[in-house]
Amino acid sequence: MSGTTLFGLGAAALVGLGLYGLICQPGALRKILAFNLMGSGIFLLFGVIAKRGGGALFAAGTGSDGDPVPQALVITGLVVAFAATAIAVALLVRLAETGGGTTLETDAQDAPAVPTDANLRGEREP
Amino acid sequence: MSVGLISDVVLILLVLSLAVWITIARTAYRAVVGFVAYGLLMTLLWVRLAALDVAMTEAALGSGLTGILLFAAAARLAPFEAAERARAPAPALRLLIGLLCTLVAAGLAAVVLWLPEPAPTLAPLVAEHLPPTGLRNPVTGVLLAHRAIDTLLESMVLLPALIGVWSVAADADWSGRPGSLPRPPASDALTLLARILPPFGVLVAIHLVWIGADEPGGKFQAAAVLAAMWVLVMMAGLQQPPAVVSRGWRGLLVVGASLFIAIGIAGIWLADAFLAYPKGLAKPLIIAIEVALTGSVAVALALLLSGPPTRAHRCEAGR
Repeated sequence: MSGTTLFGLGAAALVGLGLYGLICQPGALRKILAFNLMGSGIFLLFGVIAKRGGGALFAAGTGSDGDPVPQALVITGLVVAFAATAIAVALLVRLAETGGGTTLETDAQDAPAVPTDANLRGEREP
Repeated sequence: MSVGLISDVVLILLVLSLAVWITIARTAYRAVVGFVAYGLLMTLLWVRLAALDVAMTEAALGSGLTGILLFAAAARLAPFEAAERARAPAPALRLLIGLLCTLVAAGLAAVVLWLPEPAPTLAPLVAEHLPPTGLRNPVTGVLLAHRAIDTLLESMVLLPALIGVWSVAADADWSGRPGSLPRPPASDALTLLARILPPFGVLVAIHLVWIGADEPGGKFQAAAVLAAMWVLVMMAGLQQPPAVVSRGWRGLLVVGASLFIAIGIAGIWLADAFLAYPKGLAKPLIIAIEVALTGSVAVALALLLSGPPTRAHRCEAGR
């Protein structure tokens, strides 16, 4: 088995792990982390396919011997994933600040209240 | 078993064990620590896959900037974690979910094992069409010539994302400055680092844009490095994040995409297609777009990290 196939199998395992975390973790921040893990597994699959499709075409001069199209897509994907994570985190922090809790429970009565010692703004203690 | 294969086995096992750690760690903070380490190991994995451009983006963006974002959020949300833990699904349900996720992973693994031979590839097509652009880095060629529309949309997607982040601010806070960056207690070491590192970071970024045409590198990597330098300066308290109502900063945000669109539209007359470059001018135009986009993307990334505006007095109180 080549290293590339091995990475492909690892990527499949990463997607499975990320999916498990996304469903099982009750906290929304943990879900965001798990979603990033899943995305990273999918990017890795792209990388494996890029490596397989490469050959020695670009070996001279560029230091790269993968198919550049999936590689370019992964770079695009990494930037978009960062932007999506930033939005998700901003929404989550705001939800917590306004007393909506940090889980996806729809029952407002059931949602955990803001703890009195919550230091939501990240301020330094005097 | 060759040395290369052994190192691949060790790498993937490390990555997978960190992924397990991220999934089951007790607190979000521990999971984020694992995530940053995971990102750095992924960088090595990308190098092993001969994708140096991706490796640099992963190191700067996937591990570095995402790490800061998640650390800040984990610190703020820590008081809620006890309540969250009480809501974890029952063990039997977790087992069932685990089985189904294993099934998904096994399906993907089967796809990997039965990928078609010979592998389908666009590499010969890119190699054939690269010389007219005057570029030597095929990834930059794909990003800015062959699939320029993807790159254009992507550099614009950062703007709605930023608008989304800003729009969660309360009305009263709108004129304030972004306040989501962690503010560690002032220390001499941090201040020194924030004064010494940025000049080198700026040099590295300029180098990355400049060589991006021919060698691994390019605007996204450079933008992530620039954004990281600026964020370091803001976290050390040497500079305040800019107010979101500032028109100058907003102009900087859109200048890259605007230039890209302008050159793209000019292509309709000069080269017979939207986003096509006139013969002989491809490389200078691509470098101009890269430079403008680097600035805009760097500002967008740093502002995404800085979060929504908060009340002005809070910013002052935090200093």
